[in-house]
Amino acid sequence: MSQSLSGQLVNLLAAFLLLLAFEMLSQRRILTLIRLLAWQGAALAASTLIVAYSTGQTHLYFSAVLTLVLKVILIPWVLHRLIDQLHVRWDVETLINIPTTMLIGIGLVIFAFALAAPISEMASTITRSTLGIALASVLLSFLTMIVRRKAVPQVIGFLAMENGLFFAATSATYGMPLVVELGVALDVLVGTFIFGIFFFHIREQFDSLDIRHMEKLKED
Amino acid sequence: MSVAAESAFQILQSAFVVLAAPLLMGWVNMCRAWLQNRSAPSILLPYFTIGKLFHKDAVIAARASPLFRLTPYVLFGCMWLAGGIVPVLAVDLPFAPTADIIALVGVFALARVFSALAAMDIGTSFGGLGARREMLIGFLAEPAMLMTLFTAAFISGSTQLTTIVVSLAHREFAIYPSLAFAAVAFAMVLLAENARIPVDNPTTHLELTMVHEAMILEYSARHLALIEWAAAIKLFAYATIGIALFAPWGIADGGNWAALPVAVGALALKLFLFGAGLALLETLLAKLRLFLVPEFLSGAFLLAVLGMLTHFLVRG
Repeated sequence: MSQSLSGQLVNLLAAFLLLLAFEMLSQRRILTLIRLLAWQGAALAASTLIVAYSTGQTHLYFSAVLTLVLKVILIPWVLHRLIDQLHVRWDVETLINIPTTMLIGIGLVIFAFALAAPISEMASTITRSTLGIALASVLLSFLTMIVRRKAVPQVIGFLAMENGLFFAATSATYGMPLVVELGVALDVLVGTFIFGIFFFHIREQFDSLDIRHMEKLKED
Repeated sequence: MSVAAESAFQILQSAFVVLAAPLLMGWVNMCRAWLQNRSAPSILLPYFTIGKLFHKDAVIAARASPLFRLTPYVLFGCMWLAGGIVPVLAVDLPFAPTADIIALVGVFALARVFSALAAMDIGTSFGGLGARREMLIGFLAEPAMLMTLFTAAFISGSTQLTTIVVSLAHREFAIYPSLAFAAVAFAMVLLAENARIPVDNPTTHLELTMVHEAMILEYSARHLALIEWAAAIKLFAYATIGIALFAPWGIADGGNWAALPVAVGALALKLFLFGAGLALLETLLAKLRLFLVPEFLSGAFLLAVLGMLTHFLVRG
């Protein structure tokens, strides 16, 4: 695989990642959100694999496999079990209506691209042009977290943000050292489990996963 | 290449578009029937329908203005013009420099305005309803369409469709993420503009869902035949614009007769795949509620804008 072709493939996967971030922003159903998260993980694993192959960085192979196992199989499975037990398959409520959210999203993408452009000019890695996309998907996941009312979609937004950060690390510096990556992966997994426990506690307390109830905590 | 040969090519291409368009429609309907476990009608059914309609006597409402009679011919003429501008079989045709992609969108808009006016002309409630819905969809779809075309224009540095095709067909193989975005956006616009399923159901006569059908309810016989034919040509034109922008391989040069069989073969293969894909998409998707259509089309617009932004970011 030539350098330019692999660069183009990484660019394409980056664009796919951005597209998925937008899809998540516009989704109304939790099940689809989880599926999109899994797809995002798959795109991430594929792009890491391509970067590993084309630059000969062997530790990236491990992180690609780690991403595949963790983000495509394990976390979506845990989330599926969670929403089955909580019976919240369908409810995603947004604070702002979806077309407005999308327009704000476009603004964020323009901001991220403008921010990343001077950095990309100086970088020398084959993935340099994807830094803006990585930044944009982090910001979009952030927006997903902000505009959702329920706890589960917010957590999915958080996980998507982690995906974006991971991609930024791959595109900027060909990934973090393996020890750091292992640590982060474990943290995310444990975080998901803890979130699961939180969900049950929130529901027990308020009979719903709507986090607006938490704002009233002081008054009672 | 001599002017005569190029002109002959142009005439051949225009005739080809007009004659082959119902075949594409028939193929889409056939695929859709198969996918829905029905036995498929003949692929030639659109031709039979058009022929049958031409043999009937036209009934026109008593209060209809000349505009009502004129509209089918305008629609047909606009679509034919579009079919002449788009590089279907060959680039560098004498007709192509007369209009670029922006003018092409304008031609489609002209047809839409006329059909909406004719729908309101009779004064039935269905006509007004259909016209309003059509204008809603049209004004949302048009910016998305323009943005999509601009993305391709930025890559090749020209708004002339032939120049775009030449520069995209003769480059070395490269993956453009921006073109991928633009292609998805274009597919969404195509579905909306041609009254296909997520936006409009072309086979229904239900008041709640119909858009295009509501506008042409008052038409009969040869007028209806022309409108149906124009719809088929529109689908064909959109398909070939898509092919020209995103898969332009195998297209012939103007007046080059030797390359014609290859061009026809490549086009037939691409349209074969396009029709099957469209039918699959229509089977998989559900009809959207009308109030969700703006969301669908704003999604298309967003994708087109993203495509343009990625083009500027991922140039290197």
